Amino acid sequence: MADGTGGGRSSGLPLSPSLRQVRIVASLSSAERRLPPLGRGATPFWFLLPALLVTAGVVLVPVAQTIWLSLQDYLLYDPDNARFVGLGNFAKIARDEVFWISLGQSFIWIVGVVGLQFLLGLVAALLLNQSFWWRGLARSLVIIPWALPSVIIGLMWTWMYDFNLGVINDVAMRFGLIAAPIAWLARPDTALYAIMLALVWQGFPFFAVTILAGLQTVPAELYEAAEIDGATPRQQLFHVTLPAIADVIATALLLRTIWVANSLDVILVMTGGGPGYATHTLPLYAFLRASSSMEFGYGAALALILTALLLGVVFLYVRRAARGIEA
Amino acid sequence: MIERRSYARRVLEVELPVLLIVLFALAPYAWMILTSLKPQAELSAWPLNYWPREATLQHYNDLIARTNFAGSLVNSLIIASGASLLGLGVSIPAAYAFSRFRFRGRQMLLTGFLVINMFPIVLLIIPLFLMMRRLGLIDTFLGVVLGHSTFAIPFAIWMLTSYFNAIPKDLDEAATIDGASRLQAIRLIILPLVMPGVATAGIYIFITSWNEYLFAMMLSGQAVRTVTVALQLFIGEFTIQWGLLTAGGTLIALPVTFLFLLVQRRLVGGLTAGAVKS
Repeated sequence: MADGTGGGRSSGLPLSPSLRQVRIVASLSSAERRLPPLGRGATPFWFLLPALLVTAGVVLVPVAQTIWLSLQDYLLYDPDNARFVGLGNFAKIARDEVFWISLGQSFIWIVGVVGLQFLLGLVAALLLNQSFWWRGLARSLVIIPWALPSVIIGLMWTWMYDFNLGVINDVAMRFGLIAAPIAWLARPDTALYAIMLALVWQGFPFFAVTILAGLQTVPAELYEAAEIDGATPRQQLFHVTLPAIADVIATALLLRTIWVANSLDVILVMTGGGPGYATHTLPLYAFLRASSSMEFGYGAALALILTALLLGVVFLYVRRAARGIEA
Repeated sequence: MIERRSYARRVLEVELPVLLIVLFALAPYAWMILTSLKPQAELSAWPLNYWPREATLQHYNDLIARTNFAGSLVNSLIIASGASLLGLGVSIPAAYAFSRFRFRGRQMLLTGFLVINMFPIVLLIIPLFLMMRRLGLIDTFLGVVLGHSTFAIPFAIWMLTSYFNAIPKDLDEAATIDGASRLQAIRLIILPLVMPGVATAGIYIFITSWNEYLFAMMLSGQAVRTVTVALQLFIGEFTIQWGLLTAGGTLIALPVTFLFLLVQRRLVGGLTAGAVKS
């Protein structure tokens, strides 16, 4: 995780070379130093204790309990008769058709939503990196969808998709794109994609902002050199810009994949998973089995499977982000 | 001539596409606000008229008079403030320790807080419900605030650690040489400098807690119902009363939009710190 350049990737100020040397010297000749280097020898215990206690209480204990729950057939309305079933829930899940439907749709969901968010965000970032007089305003306005609660996003898009009075049907019919109103959220063949569009709308600003921040770190000399070599704008994009921000893009894609894979509230608000199982994704299915059917054991097992499937992506992301930790 | 042509090109190739993207970003929001201002008769007219002919605040009046939405606004305010206070209260000392101490397990713990932030909500929400029920914290402010601290604390620790790191350690040492104790150095030198970061982290926790739905739904009942849960229940209760629903949505969305625009510049730096090399 520590790359050779030391503090260069730290999220705060990079450690200046002279300061590094001071520290190295100090640790070599501890007898001679006048002051103990900050923090060494002193105990950070009391500083960390409150955060660790609360986190242990609200995260670690619950996760351990999820694992324990997943091994029982725990029903919320009948907890006294919960039996230890070992891996029984997992065996049942393997034979559960809805699980496989949800898993497949989760895949479509993640690839479609993250992919489109990224493409739209990239285009937005490249445009917002150009100079024009209202650039500052445009940058602020584009971020707004990101600030909104999922319930509101679900609400506004449900209203726009409304069969009778929705503005999407209205506009599409005025432009002659469709002949009759479509019940976007009630049809199994359109519902999932309709919700995905709402999530693309919510999430593309994250990519725009992240990529924009990355673009601003690309040195202008690279473009000057490319221009001298006669590179066209397209060549500059593919041979200068994109390679320079590849690292930023990779990190943003990983982070977003995790968020999108876990997100279920917009679907819950817009369709609740229906019609039928048409908009079930894995986290939503786990949540519904726990909250509607009150099968906490089965829901916990599904949640664990989701976590296990995401573990690889989380590992890749954390390894990248942890490079920023100063040793 | 050349100048004029390049100006026209700029409008066509940059400003027009940007305008389209901004419109796409704002249109659903604008449509919600417009809907909330239309009288009931206009709402059921087809084909739609986009701009309200007679704007009215009737839906807002109805919402406040006929429902307990005002109470939910207060609940959300209390919970989001509580989540901010708890999150900052435990994260400021922890972030200070991560920035200023070098101890065994430091990297592991810091990485651990990052991993926790990636956990699926469904993984936590099921056992948290059981735990809060056992502790009698269902439908209490403390219960929801604790639920929200699952994401508030890891986030705040990471954000604040990077803010603390940005303050040169020479300052601590200078203060120590001048005879200040560690706590004095923190209180008099470091905290004032890190205050903008603390404010940003606090506002961000406030926004995410205000916006949060799943924890609030599972852990609250009538007594501490938040706005997001209340609004979602209206969708079931008042079928197709879109005027009322969009009025509620607007009242929930406006404060967070304002807060977000207030902190966005600083926030973007903090949020993308992991993604962008400094």
